[in-house]
Amino acid sequence: MSGLSVEARAESPLRRLVAEFVDSPSAVAGAVVLVLILAAALFAPWITPQNPYDLAQLDILDGNLPPGSAGLSGLTYWLGTDDQGRDMLSAILYGLRISLAVGAGSTLIALVVGSALGLAAAYYGGRFEGLVMRIVDLQLSFPAILVALILLAILGRGVDKVLIALVTVQWAYYARTVRGAALVEGAKEYVEAARCLALPDRRILFRHLLPNCLPPVIVVATVQVANAIALEATLSFLGVGVPITEPSLGLLIANGYEYLLSGQYWISFFPGVALVVTIVAINLVGDRLRDVLNPRLQR
Amino acid sequence: MTAVLEIRGLRTWFETRRGTVKAVDGVDLTVRAGEVVGLVGESGSGKSVTGFSVLGLVDPPGRIVEGSIRLLGEELVGASPDRLRQLRGARMAMIFQDPMMTLNPVLRIDTQMMEAVRAHAVVSRREARERCLEALRRVGIPAPEERLRAYPHQLSGGMRQRVAIAIALLHRPPLVIADEPTTALDVTIQAQILYEIQELCAASGTALLWISHDLAVVSAIADRIAVMYAGRIVEEGPSEALLTRPHHPYTQGLLDSVPSRHRRGTRLRSIPGNAPPPLALPEGCAFRPRCARASRRCLREPELRATGAGRRVRCFHPLPDAAPVSA
Amino acid sequence: MLAYLIRRAMQAAVAVLVMAVLVFLGVYAVGDPVDILISPEADLAEIEEARRRLGLDRPLIEQFGIFLANALRGDLGRSFVHNEPALRLILERLPATLELAVAAMAIAILLGIPLGMLAGLRHDRPSGKAIMAGSILGFSLPNFWQGLMLIMLFAVILGWLPAGGRGETVPLFGVEVSFLTLNGLQHLLLPAVNLAIFKTALVIRLTRAGTREVMLQDYVKFARAKGLSERRVVLVHMLKNILIPVVTVLGLEFGSVVAFAVVTETVFAWPGMGKLLIDSILNLDRPVVVAYLMLIVLVFILVNFLVDVLYTLLDPRVRLAERHG
Repeated sequence: MSGLSVEARAESPLRRLVAEFVDSPSAVAGAVVLVLILAAALFAPWITPQNPYDLAQLDILDGNLPPGSAGLSGLTYWLGTDDQGRDMLSAILYGLRISLAVGAGSTLIALVVGSALGLAAAYYGGRFEGLVMRIVDLQLSFPAILVALILLAILGRGVDKVLIALVTVQWAYYARTVRGAALVEGAKEYVEAARCLALPDRRILFRHLLPNCLPPVIVVATVQVANAIALEATLSFLGVGVPITEPSLGLLIANGYEYLLSGQYWISFFPGVALVVTIVAINLVGDRLRDVLNPRLQR
Repeated sequence: MTAVLEIRGLRTWFETRRGTVKAVDGVDLTVRAGEVVGLVGESGSGKSVTGFSVLGLVDPPGRIVEGSIRLLGEELVGASPDRLRQLRGARMAMIFQDPMMTLNPVLRIDTQMMEAVRAHAVVSRREARERCLEALRRVGIPAPEERLRAYPHQLSGGMRQRVAIAIALLHRPPLVIADEPTTALDVTIQAQILYEIQELCAASGTALLWISHDLAVVSAIADRIAVMYAGRIVEEGPSEALLTRPHHPYTQGLLDSVPSRHRRGTRLRSIPGNAPPPLALPEGCAFRPRCARASRRCLREPELRATGAGRRVRCFHPLPDAAPVSA
Repeated sequence: MLAYLIRRAMQAAVAVLVMAVLVFLGVYAVGDPVDILISPEADLAEIEEARRRLGLDRPLIEQFGIFLANALRGDLGRSFVHNEPALRLILERLPATLELAVAAMAIAILLGIPLGMLAGLRHDRPSGKAIMAGSILGFSLPNFWQGLMLIMLFAVILGWLPAGGRGETVPLFGVEVSFLTLNGLQHLLLPAVNLAIFKTALVIRLTRAGTREVMLQDYVKFARAKGLSERRVVLVHMLKNILIPVVTVLGLEFGSVVAFAVVTETVFAWPGMGKLLIDSILNLDRPVVVAYLMLIVLVFILVNFLVDVLYTLLDPRVRLAERHG
């Protein structure tokens, strides 16, 4: 037993993380599904039967066909068509691109902005820290959807506006997480030593503090990507998110909503399934990452 | 004297993901009426699990896998949960280690005492209250009416432990199991509480099983002492004999590490090594790796055998009866 | 206790004032307030007249005074679309939203606490794990999608319940409510369940964590050692300790339930103030948006205040510390 653990310690940390991650079958399943989804979204223009936004390829006579129908052009619509005669499978894959891009993009920007502010708050302390953390507390006391709605009410519709809204509601999580981690880390002796050596601030911040804040930030980020995708879908469903010209999954669902009541479920249902599978897959991976990266949670 | 508690071949194991922890692995123990028995061992030796096994309160994944526990002749292993509930508090009671934790923080003392009265007696609220007051007076709590209306956090640690003792003794149970009830208290209170429990039990003829890691405390009150190591009893006997002439090397080691008037002037020594990990107990005698007297024979499991005068020891190389107390 | 209440009330008042400043800055100071407060169809003369009337030609601090004075009188502007005071419009819709939110909270509590305790007590058994899996799904799936699935299943496929609208209402103390008529109850059920899913999942998590923590406490063991029935141990000794954090968090969540009603009301065409907010955003009816914002801020602060008081009443340790301190 003891011999084994010594060997395990000699392995690279990354390899140990991967080994622990693979221990959970559900997380591996989530990761596989996620990779497939990412690939499908990335290669959508090459693998979809039609370009759903090239009006020349659409035939209004093919509108509202149930799944499995053959179209006038001989194309089989495996997931049916919407009222414009758009192949839902193609629309979903294109919609995934936008949903994933907005979700991941906003998370990334929020991560950078929030982490920087949190790190700076922890490092400089004083009034700056007080101000940043007050804003964080204030913002986190309101639900994200409300803050995003208000912002979009002021800013209007658009992919860039949605990005701004999503970044605004997310940055505070990173700021809080990074500040917490940095305060713990900053209290340790080696940082003290680095300060005594009069190393430049930049070096202490980026070489010493930041790397130690990464694991919690990664955990927060995986949860937040899923939340951001869900929030974007919600906002677009409500009609205040992305514009009709760039429909995400949420907007596709909204477009099919009126047909849902008349039994033409597929226009809303399948984009919803794509959305739900994506979110569940990310959460499965995120949960495992949290367990692996946070040794205190391990039993 | 008749036996209040008779434990035979008790095994309480915990099935964990990493293996089976044999917290209690074949314990025999008898407590007679009015007797005070000390059960001594390091933390993790299984002494507390033995106590909880008797009350039928072993937390899952722990489970009594084998053995017999008889309370006043009645078999408890395999008894129905309802029967065990009827016995707990009425025929057997327990006093816990940390009085800060044993009383529910959000319930008033009267709630917690009266529910204990009414769990075993059909009485009016008024009479239940009277009994609580009387019980509090018995354990020497001043102004009991006032204390009854208090919340636990308004009382001191010693006061809370007295309340817990009062609750344990409410129904004058024939058996009280005390799991290190003085460890968490201030030193000045410790002796007081120790004395009070002893007095109260003697007055009502209650048998007392006193669980402790502290040989000094146990030696002050126990008639007999059983020493546990790694889930087994390694030595048992009348207090005086066991303390002055230990047979098991582990008992010897414990005594050497405790200051005592029996051996004034000798150096205190600790037992080399650590208690074995519960999931990887050594083969044979569990104390073997830490024992100076160990031999090849000790790779087999020694039996607990009588060595005369009510004494038993689980060792192939017991210390001779006439051995000097400290080498 | 009274001094404590007064102190908390003053803190709440300060918080409202701070939020008023933020709303003012957000709506009046960022960009041209005329864009936000005056109908986009207004001509130049009208805009000039409005500027003077609203005092927009005066210094910012003076403008804030006017905004605050108007707000205190309950004047938060007029709706362009409905041509009614924005605040009155919102208040008309408030009962529908509150009814929905209260129903959702009730479902979350009545379902979440027993399920959470069960999941905690049986955390290593299939039933406990199934409850947790359900709660994770309830947590991670978008609320509007859950609502759509409820409609698809119960309204479209099974045809048991209506897909939207509020149904028949009857006045109760001068407020129209749905839950007293069968038709109204049928309309209320699906949206209330939809709004409750998130919070139920949250309550299950909290209760389960609390149960697992409390069940290992010595006082629970001691309660059992006293010979109490399992019923009393669980329902009195454990539940009372679990409830304190759950009620606190849940109380704080009431504001977010009201906010999340925006989504549910849109999905189920429930005529509450959340639906009004979305309609107003889509119609660029900004005074209504501002009024909604001010009101929801007030709700949040009020809820925080009430929860603090409730927490104090529930936990004797806090109560006494406050009284003595």
